[in-house]
This record gives sequence, structure tokens and C-alpha cells, in this order.
Amino acid sequence: MIKVDHGTPLLEVRGAKKAFAGVQALKGVDISILPGEVHCVLGQNGAGKSTLIKILSGAYTPDEGEIVWQGETVTISGPTASLDLGIATMYQELDVVDGLSIAENIFLGHELATGGIINARTANKRAKELLKRLGHGDLNPAREVGSLSPANKQIVSMARALSRDIKLIIMDEPSAVLDSEEVKNLFRVVEELTRSGIAVVYISHRLAEIREIGDRITVIKDGRSMANGLDVQTTSTPDLIKLMTGREVINVFPPATAIATDAAEVLTVTDLSVKNVFAPLSFSVKAGEIVGLAGLVGSGRSEILEAIYGALKRTGTVEVHGKPLRSGSVPDAVASGIGLSPEERKSQGLLLEEPIYRNVTLSSFARFAKLGWLNERLERTTSRAQLESLELRPADPDRAAGLLSGGNQQKVMLARWLVHGTRVLLLDEPTRGVDVGARADIYSLIRELAAAGTAIVVVSSEIEEVLGLADRVLVVADGEVLQTVKASEIDEPGVLDLVMKGSAA
Amino acid sequence: MSEQVTPPAEASIHPGAGVPEKKGFTDYARAFLGSAAGRNIGLVIALIVLIIIGTATAGDRFTSFDNILTVIRLASVTGVISIGMTFVIIGGGIDLSVGSVLGLSSVVASLSMVQVAAEVWWPLIIIVAIAVGAFAGLVNGVVIAYGNVVAFMATLAMLLAARGLAEIFSNRTTQIVSVKGFLDFSRGNIAGVPNLIWIFLAVAIAGWILLNRTTFGRRTVALGGNREAARLAGINVKRHTVYLYVLAGVTSGIAAVMLMGRTNVGTSTHGTLYELDAIAAVVVGGTLLIGGRGSIVGTVLGILIFNVLINIFTQNNLNTSVQAVTKGAIIVGAVLLQQRFAARSSRSSG
Repeated sequence: MIKVDHGTPLLEVRGAKKAFAGVQALKGVDISILPGEVHCVLGQNGAGKSTLIKILSGAYTPDEGEIVWQGETVTISGPTASLDLGIATMYQELDVVDGLSIAENIFLGHELATGGIINARTANKRAKELLKRLGHGDLNPAREVGSLSPANKQIVSMARALSRDIKLIIMDEPSAVLDSEEVKNLFRVVEELTRSGIAVVYISHRLAEIREIGDRITVIKDGRSMANGLDVQTTSTPDLIKLMTGREVINVFPPATAIATDAAEVLTVTDLSVKNVFAPLSFSVKAGEIVGLAGLVGSGRSEILEAIYGALKRTGTVEVHGKPLRSGSVPDAVASGIGLSPEERKSQGLLLEEPIYRNVTLSSFARFAKLGWLNERLERTTSRAQLESLELRPADPDRAAGLLSGGNQQKVMLARWLVHGTRVLLLDEPTRGVDVGARADIYSLIRELAAAGTAIVVVSSEIEEVLGLADRVLVVADGEVLQTVKASEIDEPGVLDLVMKGSAA
Repeated sequence: MSEQVTPPAEASIHPGAGVPEKKGFTDYARAFLGSAAGRNIGLVIALIVLIIIGTATAGDRFTSFDNILTVIRLASVTGVISIGMTFVIIGGGIDLSVGSVLGLSSVVASLSMVQVAAEVWWPLIIIVAIAVGAFAGLVNGVVIAYGNVVAFMATLAMLLAARGLAEIFSNRTTQIVSVKGFLDFSRGNIAGVPNLIWIFLAVAIAGWILLNRTTFGRRTVALGGNREAARLAGINVKRHTVYLYVLAGVTSGIAAVMLMGRTNVGTSTHGTLYELDAIAAVVVGGTLLIGGRGSIVGTVLGILIFNVLINIFTQNNLNTSVQAVTKGAIIVGAVLLQQRFAARSSRSSG
């Protein structure tokens, strides 16, 4: 990393406090950001990171505390005020308009126009320059943003920030939607930005990334900054985790348990394919086995799970305990004992406004009912017992699911399939949006489920996670299975090597 | 709808974060008004305010037992439609065709051949009316669920088509319903209360039970709350979507029976613009237009509020234009309030 002259801070926040309807989200946060540095903000979900970002981007005004921008105390009254100061924010949910072109998105809100008429040629030209600066000169500025990959949408979002006179960019978990290759490109871009003196506030759950790209770290816990401006190079990982969680995490991945040699084949997939997405593939999963799918985003990993589950039209056969499933029917898959925990829990998995117990029983409430008449008391007690066994605290079945942290939402999804009595569990990105402390919990739960005889298929964009969890790994690229190996016999570079070669072929 | 007050978002995320934050009265008031019971309380208060205004301006004419029965009797027809509409909207859809389907049902059920047959067994009229409504709903549902046509467009098409069919079948003539058994039933009273009101009450209670106590209701809420999550949980969302529009059609059929009973005729103009009254009542009653949350009690209160308002205007000989403006203002006000509460309850933090 390039070290920058530690002069006056670009931005200082002192003692920021913010409450919502009586709940204190921030109880005193200090942060000091230097020009040209990558300043990482670490914290568990609910620690107050998002609130801090929203204060800097002008979405909220703090109840107490001071914001100092280039030596002057300022109030940021709204998003425009924040941009005028020179602060741009890239939210996790990218705020690009799908129906507009790349150039139109970049200049959205400050169009290059004379007398209300947009000068498209100049806009395209300037957009091209900005894209080049971000290492993406190959993108056509006239292309519609809706057709871009998440990684490229992120580039558009960054170009938009650069199109204004920006001194600080806040990136909220920018790597969450990217795969390893794309993350590398993101890092190159970040380096390029800092070289030109722009400061970056980088938020991520992934410690390895922070190690690679960050200069200094501020840790937030329970709405307070626990440490401000730690040096990335000299602070140890256990120290950081301790600061974030207040406890020590030793080994994240639980040890694999041996699969019985006579274990029954539970899930058998034969010549499964989805047109234009992935080529025919066959594999099987035994009771108690965890099979991981490793590959880049867009390699067809999620689609393989959806096809098995019947949520995508497929060819080929899927059998559970030798009984073939009806193609394209989710209800049939569920009835046969397959469960899916989708990639996007909030938009694909949960009813956020509904109480937890209704989310837990979403696949099985009909079984709690007699002649269509619901038995909510039984649903509640069953859910509570299940939540307690998953150590979700508090195990209050009446809370709205939307109020839970990422880790607890994942536990609700697991509880749903446990209550249903699932024999095959398909887990798509089981720890996305789950913070470091809760990840270990999820991992050991998955391992326990396998030990109890469930056949599990895991997909994750974090190769380390696939290797740590799975017994067997299928390496996927461009919709083809390149190799099937024991997880213990391959490492992360090995997988990437395979993927790169596979894509080149 | 359960009546719990949602605990603050971060209460458990920060174990041992110190003493609980002190909560003021306004916080509790806000939490209460944001809950299901609270929203209904707001509607009850609005209704009481209207009743006070009515009493103050029209006195006995307004408060007499006969007038109260008249208000509810007039509310009954759109009320029944609104119950069906509540389900469709909670399920994430909309049905613009309910008024036209009512007209079509009334025309078919009052065709002379039906009436001749009904002389022998009068409930036939009711069965025909409901069957026509259910069939129109089935067409809506299939086009929306399996044809992937946006509900707004599919039911707009049905709005036009059903009205046109009603005109073709009736030759634009009004048919007088003369089946004695039917008229005795639809104009009768039980315990001094008109049967139309009993029908409305029965439909509302059945609707409440269906929504809050059965798997059908659970599926409806799941569909409107998060269609993709419902699908991936193994719910047959397409089939349930069809059921919702059939249900709306059935309520249109029941409403056609009631309107034929009240007016003594079947005509292609029956039910014109009822869809708008129904949607307004549902939304004012606190059901989210995007689906996922709603209340039958709220819808009933919404219908009563609009009908009491109309009655007050009529009693005071005010013109219908002022009435329309006031209705518009109430709808906007209710939706504004709804959005404020929705924003509060779903704001995430941290």
C-alpha cells in the first residue's frame, strides 16, 4: 500500500450519537480519516456502521457530536450537501438506474446539458475517460446499465462518484457481490483512487481483504468506536475479532466427521442442465456429506442449486432416495425433502414484516393445520423449540424477522427446513451478510446437520468457506464441472488455478 | 392480526449495552399507532368524529335507527366487494373488474330464462350470479398467474369485456326481477335488521376467519409479503393467485345478488365504478397497496367511514361534488399516514 503523508485529517467525526425512536444506534463514535488512505470500518451487524455511513452521506443528522471536514466544522444536511463537500457513497444495494445508459447513470443529477438539452456526445466522451481511469475502457458508455454484471454496475457507481469533485468515497461492502477475480480489480481501482489523493472508507466483513487493501482500521461495537485508526499491518486478527465481538474466536471451521462407508446416497443428480447456463452434470451426495460448489460469480453455481430445487426449468433427472422429482416443481422438491436457503435471504427467503414463527413454518404450516385451520400455538412452540436448539437468542417467535441480524436470519432459514424435516439442504451463500462472530456458529450448525444425516450442498463465492466446510468440492467454471476433489486435497490457489485454466480453454 | 408492539430493533443485538434507554410517551404512542390494533383505533376515532359531526349538523335525522340501518344497508354491497378486494390486495394484486363483473352477474342472473327456472327454485338466481362472478375471477386469475399479465392490465381488460358482455346479453335493457322467493329473501329482515346487512356481516366474518385463521390466509399474506420467498418455500404461488381472483369474483357475484334484491332489477350498469370505492375502502382501512399486510376489520371501518360521510352530506343537502373532494382528501390523508407508519416500522438500523 502507498503510505500517504499523515497531515491534517480530511474528515473527523467526534462523539457522534444518534437514536431512533428511543433506540440508541450510535453512542459515541470517533473516526478520523486522512487524505489518500484506505480506512476500514469493522464491526458486527448492528454495531452502527450503516448509521455512521448515513450520517456521513447526509441521510441522517447526528443528535450529538461534531463533523469536521478539512479543519472546519460542518453540518451535512442532506445527500446533496454531502456531495457538495466532496463525499460520495457507494451503497451495498447499488443505486444505478437499469433503464439508463452507463453515461446517463454517471451524470445522473448533474447532466451535461445546455438549456435543458443533454449533450450526449460529450457525456459519452467524458464517461469513457472516467471508465478508462477505472480500468474499464472497454465498456461502451452508451450501453444500458441493466445488462451489466454487478461488478460492472459497481464500476459505473464509482465513475459517477469520480464525475464529481470527490475527496472521499465510502464503500459499503463493495466485495459482497463480487468474486475473487473481480475483487482484485476492485482493489486495483481503489489503489488508483488513493494514489490521486482520494480517501476511501472501506467497509467489509472479510478480514483478509482488509489486510490486503487497508491502511488503518476503526472498530465499532455496540454503537461505540472501540479503536480508532489502528495500523492494519501491526494489529493481529485475534485482536481485531476480540475488539469486534468482545470474545475470542479460535477455529472457525469445525472438523469434518467421517462419513459412514455404507451411508446411503440421498441426492442423485444425473445429466442435469439448464439451457445456456450450464452443461449436463452429474453428482451425488450421501447422507452426512457436505458437497461444495466452488467457482466464480456467473459460473452457474446458484443456477445449479435452483435447477435441483425445481425453481428453474431443467433437463436431466434429480432423485431423492432413488425417487425422481417432477421437473420445475418447487412444491414437489419440498415435499420430497429438499430445502433451499437462497442467496438473497431478505428478498428471496424471508417475510421481513412477519413474525419469526411464520417464517419458520412457511414451508410446513399446512402440516400444523387441520382442514385448513391453522394451529398457531403449535407453530409458536415448535418454532421456539427449534430456535432454542439453534441457539438463536432471544428465541422469541413473535419478533419480526426483519429485525434480526444476518446470522440470525440464516438460523431462521435453517429452522424452517429442520421443522419441515429436510433430508437434502441446498445452501446458497450461507454466510453472506453474516458477521465474523456468527459465522462460526453457522458453520458448526451446518456440520451438526450433516452429522445428523442430512445431505448438504453448499455454494459460496468465498472459496475458503467452501474448502473449510465441504467434504468434497466440485470446481465449476462456465457452467461445467472441471473437477471433483476431496476438500482436504485442494487449496484456494489450486481452485483458482483450475478455474482460470477452465475459463481459458 | 396479532396485536403485539414490536420491540426495538437493537434491544438484543447489544447484550449488556447498559441500562435500557428511557422511552417517552410519544415512543409508546407511536409504537401503538403503528401496530395493527392501533391503526384500527385510528379508524374508529375517525368514524366517531364523523358521527359527532353528523349528529351536530343533522341531529335526529342522522341518529335515528332507521337512518343508521340505511347507511349500513347501502354500505353492504360495496362492503362485500371490498372484502374480496382486501384479499387480492394483501396478496399483492389488484382487481379493477369487480364492478363490471357485478353488472355482468346481475344481467345473467336476471335473464328471463333464469327467472323462469328460478320460479321453481329461487336460490338458482344466487347460484348463477356467484358462478358468473367466480368464472370471471377464474379468467382473471389464469391470465395473471399463468399468462404473466400484470394484474392491473388483465383486470382492466376484464372491466371492459365484462361490461360489454353485460350489454350484449341484456341488449341494454333493464330486467325486472320478479321471482317472489328471491325478493322475499333479499328484502327480508331478521330481528329488525335487513338481510342485506346480515349478508355483509357474514361475509366480513368469514373473510376475517379466512385471512387470520386458515392456511389460505397465511398463503395470501406470504404471497403479498414476498412472492419469491413464498415460491421458494414451496407454496404454489400461481395456483393461489388464481384462487384470490376467484374469491374476488365470488364476492362480486354475492354483491350482484344483494344489488338485485335492493333495486329489484338486473342491469348492465350495475356496479359502475364500485371498484374504485372498494379499493379506496381497503386502502383507507390500512391494507398496504403493495400487499403483504392488511386487515378485514380495517376494510369494514373504511367502508363505514365513506358511507357515513355520504349520509352526512345527503342529510345536509350538500352537493355531490363537495362529497367527492372530501373523499379524495380522506384517501390521500389515510395513505400519507400509512406511509409514515410503514417507514417507521421497517426502518433498519445498525
